[in-house]
Amino acid sequence: MSTNPLIPKDNVPIARHPAAEAWEMFRRNHAAMVALVVLSAIVLVAIFGPYIYPIDPFDMVWAPFSPPGVDGFILGTDYLGRDLLAAIIHGARVSILIGLAAALMSVFIGVTVGALAGFYRGWVEEVLMRITEFFQVLPTLLFSMVIVALFGASLPMITFAIGIVSWTAVARITRSEFLRIRELEYVTASRASGTKNSKLMFKVILPNALPPIIVQAALMVGSAILFEAGLSFLGLTDPNVVSWGQVIGSNRQYILDAGYTVTIPGIAIFVTVLAISLVGDGLNDALNPKLRQR
Amino acid sequence: MASLQSLMMRILYAAILLIAVLVLNFSMMHMAPGDVADTISQSMGGADQELLDQIRADYGLDQPFLVQMGRYIGNVLQFDLGYSFFYNKPVTELILQRLPATLLLVFVAQILALFIGVILGVISARKPNGIASHFVTILALFGYSAPVFWTGILLLIGFSLKIQLFPVAGMRDVTIEGGFWVHFIDVARHMVLPVITLGSIFLALYSRLSRATMMEVLGSDYVRTAKAKGLTERQVVYKHALKNSLSPVITLAGLQFSAVISGAVLVEAVFSWPGLGTLAFQSIIARDTPTILGILFFSALVVIVGNLLTDLALRLVDPRVRSKG
Repeated sequence: MSTNPLIPKDNVPIARHPAAEAWEMFRRNHAAMVALVVLSAIVLVAIFGPYIYPIDPFDMVWAPFSPPGVDGFILGTDYLGRDLLAAIIHGARVSILIGLAAALMSVFIGVTVGALAGFYRGWVEEVLMRITEFFQVLPTLLFSMVIVALFGASLPMITFAIGIVSWTAVARITRSEFLRIRELEYVTASRASGTKNSKLMFKVILPNALPPIIVQAALMVGSAILFEAGLSFLGLTDPNVVSWGQVIGSNRQYILDAGYTVTIPGIAIFVTVLAISLVGDGLNDALNPKLRQR
Repeated sequence: MASLQSLMMRILYAAILLIAVLVLNFSMMHMAPGDVADTISQSMGGADQELLDQIRADYGLDQPFLVQMGRYIGNVLQFDLGYSFFYNKPVTELILQRLPATLLLVFVAQILALFIGVILGVISARKPNGIASHFVTILALFGYSAPVFWTGILLLIGFSLKIQLFPVAGMRDVTIEGGFWVHFIDVARHMVLPVITLGSIFLALYSRLSRATMMEVLGSDYVRTAKAKGLTERQVVYKHALKNSLSPVITLAGLQFSAVISGAVLVEAVFSWPGLGTLAFQSIIARDTPTILGILFFSALVVIVGNLLTDLALRLVDPRVRSKG
């Protein structure tokens, strides 16, 4: 089949960069492509939005509860007469920043724990997996609430509180990948040629364990955004920044008069997380092509 | 016999986990800025250093870290979680008042999600391109991406405010008088929206897994044998296949207890449900540390008990777990 882009016309297999192949697979998932475009737009808004639409989301610019589209405010104003569009734009920054940072932190912890457990086995594995189980027993949201309540609601502390409860899934995935890969022949060969343990772990095994970890990491950005929204909905948020969950939380007493002040930020969260999870789906297709053909 | 022993091991392990939660609790309380003496002096409108030292000595706060921790754990094992200076009540009493409401919400949502999820999964596994199957796919996308408190508020706007079908908040109507069934129906009416909000996330999860395992089971040899024997489709699915597709779903449900409680905190906040989540929310605003840590302990206890119950349920459903021990 000469139409298959993966097989060259003259049927001579040529070595292609793995990233190019992955991109080819990703492009075939139409939902993921649309989601990628939406997600890029949201990231662009988060980065440049505040410069293009320079209204302070804390400023009381107009009468309260002015509905969307009326009086020149595209998304209307909230219960204090603050511009909702400005809140959505500024909130995008907080959501995406915390989502990325918390996911990064939990990937870092999870990969370290999972790699050590899967590589060394024995008592190291026993201890580390017991610790992982311990963190699975604590109700995640309550634990984060306690951390933020006791140690202060700054953005770094909120990120820490989300990251510290979210790493267990990554640890489990990394461990099972390490358990599988460490028995493969190329690892034995590398070990026999005298490669140091640290290099074996992170240079020899880890690269081949990455695909499922990357997919999980992508999904984790989404759940971290949901998590942050939940915390800020409850009022556990840095009072100096606007976030989507906090807009919902502070407007919820007025849902009868101004439902849009709650509906709109919710749609922003929903669309962002949905886009991330669809992109994660596409990454899964791209990085595990065998799984797809099954 | 071996199975009884393994069950005892599970319970022992659960006890160790609980003590670990207490150690974490105490360490956090110790590291956090401000202590009981500060709280008391604040409620008195300030105190001098001498009085602060006096209070610290009275409460044993001048003792070494490990001594204090040992006493804290010892107290908790006697169900003494400390005293809430904000509510003027022992924390244990406060929590036990609120615990039933949370347990009701969590268990009803879990069981309904599991039950409906398995039914949806079976139906959509039999017809992979049918309406039920598409519904499961859409529900899974929505359940993962929509913030639970937002779904709750939308339901509240739709079915309590615009169409006044269900009560707006709380767990019971205090003005209602009557016998048991009158109150039962009253609580049930209050529960509908919170349970739907909380359950829908997990319904999505369970129905998707149930569909996947059911499809796998339906393709296996013994199902083909059962069909070849001349059993009807219905008998094969509900008598043979269903039982074997259940255990992964129950295992997943057991792992979700901590997530269900997290969800319940938000759902309680939306519907003013008088449970632990609302208490946690209020005591965090009031900076009532003993209560906050007590709630963390009790919710971990609920998760651990939930896990043990799941383990028991698995033993009932799946004989392989029993023999493996």
